[in-house]
Amino acid sequence: MTTPQAQLDPEAFSGSRRSRLLSFAGKGRHSGRRGAVVATLSTIIVFSVLAAIVLTSPGWPKVQAAFFDWTAAKDSFPTVLRAFWINIQMFLIAEVLILILALVVAVVRGLKGPVFFPLRAMAIIYTDLFRGVPLILVIYVLGFGMPALDLQGLPISPFFWGIVSLTLVYTAYVAEVYRAGIESVHPSQMAAARSLGLSRWQGLRFVVLPQAVRRVIPPLLNDFIGLQKDTALVAVLGVVETVRAAGIYAADTFNYTSYVVAAALFLLLTIPMARFTDHLIERGRRRRMAGGGR
Amino acid sequence: MRTSSLRFAPLAIALLLALVACSPNDATESTTTPLAEGSDACNVENLTLMKAGTLTLGADQPAYPPWFEDNDPANGKGYEGAVAAAVATEMGFESSQVTWVAVPFNKSFAPGRKDFDAYITQVSITPKRAEVVDFSAAYYNAAQALVTLKKSPFADATTVTELADAKLGAQIGSTSLTTIDEQIQPTQAASVYDSNNDAKSALQNGQIDGIVVDLPTAFYMTAVQIPDATIAGQFPPTSGEPEQFGMVLEKGSPLLPCLDQAITSLTSDGTLAELEQQWLADETNVPVFS
Repeated sequence: MTTPQAQLDPEAFSGSRRSRLLSFAGKGRHSGRRGAVVATLSTIIVFSVLAAIVLTSPGWPKVQAAFFDWTAAKDSFPTVLRAFWINIQMFLIAEVLILILALVVAVVRGLKGPVFFPLRAMAIIYTDLFRGVPLILVIYVLGFGMPALDLQGLPISPFFWGIVSLTLVYTAYVAEVYRAGIESVHPSQMAAARSLGLSRWQGLRFVVLPQAVRRVIPPLLNDFIGLQKDTALVAVLGVVETVRAAGIYAADTFNYTSYVVAAALFLLLTIPMARFTDHLIERGRRRRMAGGGR
Repeated sequence: MRTSSLRFAPLAIALLLALVACSPNDATESTTTPLAEGSDACNVENLTLMKAGTLTLGADQPAYPPWFEDNDPANGKGYEGAVAAAVATEMGFESSQVTWVAVPFNKSFAPGRKDFDAYITQVSITPKRAEVVDFSAAYYNAAQALVTLKKSPFADATTVTELADAKLGAQIGSTSLTTIDEQIQPTQAASVYDSNNDAKSALQNGQIDGIVVDLPTAFYMTAVQIPDATIAGQFPPTSGEPEQFGMVLEKGSPLLPCLDQAITSLTSDGTLAELEQQWLADETNVPVFS
């Protein structure tokens, strides 16, 4: 009874940790050398041609002055970076809330039995509603609407309502991701758990969810990349986050370079995350190919 | 693996060739020829316009009072709507020869060819901006003002220093924001909104203590939009120079001298002052912060 998942889930203690973040040369181990040369050459050619097209275009000097001005970049960097901290705070708080709430919604949606119909219906209505409404509208309605209710004790901070909106919308997405994970676990797992004497809840908690969650980590991180970028939308409530700070600089100087600085900051955050997701996907694939990954 | 990557090489090359083929045709840069002195150069048929014989004006959407009325810049109402109409007439355009396009503020200074001949939406002339675009002669001297709720403790402020602890808001791209940052230097960072309408919601919600806007907008806000708000005061111009609104033109626009000529003559014959009287509230009795 101690650790049921260890008996039922052979993937739990897989040892292989080797990863290849970017495999330039394709998959085969032997074709590595030649493949790398071809990859390098074709990469150089493609990028040189693209660069040549852009750099020789008649409007390039104007575009360069407007988007890639080194002085403006240096000038705007400190304020944009300081504002980036707001985005980081927002998505860190939202991510924790989303991970918990989405799991609750997914489990509720999977509840069996007619008694739970109202709960199931609520979960379905919630996900349909918040996945369907554009995030910016949710931010607007909650950020300006809720404080207007003038209720005692209800926060009016745009930062607060921004996080609430992000959490509501992304919980709807992530709940669906969780649900897909739960449904991907073969029913025989639950049957086995029940036959061992586990209750339905215990079976879910110790057998189904551990497998389900592990399977959905890549799509989950994918949603979080989206979330990190979408924190910029909270700017409509007046919060001076990265994109807004960049916009202020751009409007002040009529130079868009600050937006490129903001984009670079987001990339610094999302690219490592994307590579990490790729790594997890690749690891999962190799495990399955190896038939259990022992 | 190796064979497959080579197999796709011709495809890759074909793609590259296609890319090269669709590279931009060397568009002839609109050369800016300096105006020959004399009235002929500014005749409508001699003007270099985006669309020959038509003056294309840009304004942001929605276009707010008291600068425009009914969100329709073309009706010649509101101060900027009336100024634009007067300038067009002065330049010799029939009203049927003037078209308006909606241009977001952010796009008004985008590099490359503009989709308007001149853009008019309360854009303040600053030296930094003038490096990127051309500004027409000023058609309005703007003062910045503070709007607060009547019940706000800041409504009775008489000096700039009293505002240091206020949470203030302004519209993005406005020089109102510069006023906050440079003149007031509040302890709490300013909130920055997409539009004055959003700032208005935040003010009514108590999310901010005050909005800094240009004075005419402040009058409109307090008279029409937020009746329980008041203008606490206006700010003295920084460095003695009044802030001025000008039309935005493409850098090196050949139209500029003729447009300036029209604005200058409308200023000197008193037309602009008349339009100001007609469309903008009387601003003399708003106290100036010391």
